[in-house]
Amino acid sequence: MTLKHSQDFHDPRIARHLAARITRISRKPVRFMEVCGTHTVAIFRSGIRSLLPETISLLSGPGCPVCVTAQQEIDAFIALAREPETIVATFGDLIRVPGSGSSLQREKADGADVRMVYSTFDAVALARENPDKRVVFLGVGFETTAPTVAAAILAAHQQRLDNFSVMSAHKIVPPALEALADGTINIDGFLLPGHVSVIIGMDAYRSFFEAHRVPCVVAGFEPSDLLQSIAMLVDQVESGRPALENAYPRAVSPAGNPKAMAVMNEVFAVGDADWRGIGTIPASGLAIREKYAAFDAFRVFDIRLKPAPEPKGCACGEILTGMKIPPQCPLYKTVCNPMAPVGPCMVSSEGTCAAYYRYHGDG
Amino acid sequence: MCLAIPSKIIHIENEMATIDVDGVKRSASLMLLEDSAVGDYVIVHAGFAIKKLDEDSAKETIRLLREAAAFVDDLEAGKG
Repeated sequence: MTLKHSQDFHDPRIARHLAARITRISRKPVRFMEVCGTHTVAIFRSGIRSLLPETISLLSGPGCPVCVTAQQEIDAFIALAREPETIVATFGDLIRVPGSGSSLQREKADGADVRMVYSTFDAVALARENPDKRVVFLGVGFETTAPTVAAAILAAHQQRLDNFSVMSAHKIVPPALEALADGTINIDGFLLPGHVSVIIGMDAYRSFFEAHRVPCVVAGFEPSDLLQSIAMLVDQVESGRPALENAYPRAVSPAGNPKAMAVMNEVFAVGDADWRGIGTIPASGLAIREKYAAFDAFRVFDIRLKPAPEPKGCACGEILTGMKIPPQCPLYKTVCNPMAPVGPCMVSSEGTCAAYYRYHGDG
Repeated sequence: MCLAIPSKIIHIENEMATIDVDGVKRSASLMLLEDSAVGDYVIVHAGFAIKKLDEDSAKETIRLLREAAAFVDDLEAGKG
């Protein structure tokens, strides 16, 4: 076995025990939000929902990177793909997301050079191998991905590649928690993202927690991790003692990963960002610093963000903020499905609508 | 987007590691990791190792979970 310890967290005896404990201690009806898209998928895939008592509702939050990307950012990516002598490099999820009039997939079918990459270094390699083309990486994702994009910019800088750039639509998690906690929906506890927390550490949530005193637990991804985290949230709710706790200590430390943070902060500065379904959240995005302006696609290309409405009838924005679940969207399964997605929540493998569709979350 | 499977470092050369993910070999940059060595288990995200897993902590978590589960089993079996 090569997956050291991982299998242990699948032990059905542990899962059964944790589920029984949750059922025993849970009294108050509560709504917990899992903020990470990978958690959403892990919860569905492991069948955890069916183990929980009726008192506990799980809502998916704004943790699917492609889903929270604003419509005007998607449109800017598509405009980039139309630029001559340009290769657009991206992670796979983004390709099928519908923009206002097209998608990267449709542009590719019409002759645009859109390439799927596994790592940001693959995009740097594309720039090296195609010196007569401009290669742009589409920077989407949270604090887990942003350091890998920053590392690519530093590598391109070091290699003096003048044909590589990044269009940054990166977002950071703690300000989104603030926006959710200040919003209209009542959330009784947050399952905080595992791998964002690997980078930013527990300390990064301290000011949010102190301001709102809402139960918070950082969770891992195995069934036992998730059930243990839910049990900890229930404990906090039932005892009336909210806390900021770490249920993923094998990966998450108080300070996070200082080296990754340093790389990220070297390249990016915090600025305002637009989130699908939420709107502008102050200091919630990452823009490329002046020092690396030569690698900033917004400066290299004459492309501006233009306000764009979200697809008509699509409830993606409300689903991302826990206000609705997919079966409450009139488009869900009627005109919107994974083969013909209307919004990003049905496109991305981490999207809530795609997870409901695939795992029959609507019963 | 987040691959949660621990990967084992089996070779390191110029800040690039060869990792073993459930028997599949891939490469991962070590540029974002403070320190690492062959034999370490790491979390890899999009081609970058982002964290060395704390083995003692993993064992401790499992031990506590197992103990709690065994305790309940004993209670239910009338042995407690």
